[in-house]
Amino acid sequence: MADVLQLLVAGLATGAVYALAAIGFTLLWQASQTINFAQGEFVMLPAFFVLFAMNALGLPFPAAILVGIATGVLVLGWLFKQAVVAPTIRHGALPLVISTIALGLLLKEGVKAFYGAEAQAFPPLGGAANVSIAGAIVSLQSLLVIAIAVAAVAALQAFLDHTRTGRSIQATAQNPGVARILGIPVERMILYTFLINAALTALAAILITPVYLANFTNGEWLGLYAFVAAIAGGLNMRGAIAGGLLLGFMDNLSAAYLSAAYRSALPLAILLAVVLFRPQGLLGRVEEPV
Amino acid sequence: MSATALRTAAAAVAAVVLIAAPFGLTAYGVYVLSLWAITTIAAIGLNLTFGYAGLVSLGQGAFVGIGAYVTALLTTRGWPFAAAYVLAFAACCAIGWGLGYPALRVRRPYLAFITLAFGTFVFLMFRNEEWLTGGMYGINRVPRPSVLGLSTAAPLGCYYFCLLNLIVASAAVWWLVRSPWGRALAALRENPLRAAALGVDTRRYAVMAFALGAGLGGVSGVLYAALLQYVDPTPFSLTMSVSLLLMVVMGGSGCFFGPFLGAAVAVVLPEGLRFAQNYYLFAYALAAIVLMAFCPTGLIGLGERLMTAFARPRAAAAKAPP
Repeated sequence: MADVLQLLVAGLATGAVYALAAIGFTLLWQASQTINFAQGEFVMLPAFFVLFAMNALGLPFPAAILVGIATGVLVLGWLFKQAVVAPTIRHGALPLVISTIALGLLLKEGVKAFYGAEAQAFPPLGGAANVSIAGAIVSLQSLLVIAIAVAAVAALQAFLDHTRTGRSIQATAQNPGVARILGIPVERMILYTFLINAALTALAAILITPVYLANFTNGEWLGLYAFVAAIAGGLNMRGAIAGGLLLGFMDNLSAAYLSAAYRSALPLAILLAVVLFRPQGLLGRVEEPV
Repeated sequence: MSATALRTAAAAVAAVVLIAAPFGLTAYGVYVLSLWAITTIAAIGLNLTFGYAGLVSLGQGAFVGIGAYVTALLTTRGWPFAAAYVLAFAACCAIGWGLGYPALRVRRPYLAFITLAFGTFVFLMFRNEEWLTGGMYGINRVPRPSVLGLSTAAPLGCYYFCLLNLIVASAAVWWLVRSPWGRALAALRENPLRAAALGVDTRRYAVMAFALGAGLGGVSGVLYAALLQYVDPTPFSLTMSVSLLLMVVMGGSGCFFGPFLGAAVAVVLPEGLRFAQNYYLFAYALAAIVLMAFCPTGLIGLGERLMTAFARPRAAAAKAPP
């Protein structure tokens, strides 16, 4: 029982982080038809912004976190939209897909060349303390990660549902043409979506990097897990949460009870199962193949 | 007609240059040229998938790896090279079919995600299944084949063997894209809906293009194992799949000579830029992003655009009365 609880908490903690990245990925895909193949690198990079703010600028950890998130929103949100997406999407979806794939390589190689190829330690939010719940020992960090992720998703949901801007963003995601006719500034809403995505990935970076260390290759598997969570969920926000949590839980379960070989097959197995048995995803609707 | 003649002449000149090239090069130069030929074969396969069928695959590096490992495993156990060659090609085609068929049932971008997951899985298999693949130590002493009684043990022989494969592969693809099959593929890329309305089984054609592209990736891997005589997991990571895709795009996707040019930019050019080795992939990715923003047809498209830009004032001048 204690083992199960421990696995559940650890699975929820990693799953919540996958969910954050998957939500951002889904929002971008829906609102601007941008399939961001660099999403994993978007979770990898902000950790290095924080480390840079701490080590080179000498800021304390909390201030460095704020600087990291702000830089992430500026670079991976605004600059990404203006410098990469806007000029490329004129040529169609395929060039943009290639461009984000190239961007993933650019960010990965950029960190390796300009910061270093060595994995760097990253301070946890809650120290190294442990908490005992019903006989199970769980780390305070895991509980904090779950709490922060839940708060972030709740705040985003409230923003999208209960503010005028949030509802305009949803309208843009559902049907940009009609949204424009209704007088919604579609371009501005799309830009907001990019900023939200960057904020979500920066948050995910701060939550997950203490566990896996800051490493330039992190984006490869983080991206894969975000894509799998988003697709398994059915490319909508609730689905992305469900997909992320499911993936985090299964990942921890297979790491504990199965061999490493089976664990590495997990993303592929889930993707194949989804396309074979439930192409619309867990919480998605059936639609015509594109 | 004249354009076709021009292209044929260009191909003939290129072939002559490639046959004569090794005589002015060191052993290392011949090795780089061999690597270029091998990389081009993998890029030609990916061009079939991406350029002609419009499908994004992030797993071409994994197919190259499978081809290389099949060759290394079989030939070091005494199997003939030809058997390993055929088996690697067939295995990659079959796996491509098995991945592409379910993926393309849903949405076209899903193939990219499935191939990405597959590539990650294959890389981890190469690294972790030590009983079979030797783990990080890899497999040593892969023998080089002898073809029609001629040994390819020397660098020059190996180069000509790679070049022969490149010529055969490009001739096959050249013929393929001009066959009714290739025309259906082009129709599929230009307008999937219309192609379906005209009775083209779009999914089957798309899956075939992907499977054949994967098979060519396998052939590239077979030659890779023979050239290096040593196989380890490191090269077959996601970076290889991504840079192969960028090669196709940089050269000019859907363009027959695109992969040749793209592979040259990725394999031969870094040799001349040794001082910038650490920044090469960074600059390469940056160039791809810029190219996608301003000229998605790649370097060949850029060249054509520049030629028309230069030709236009001249044509206008010729038309103007003296």
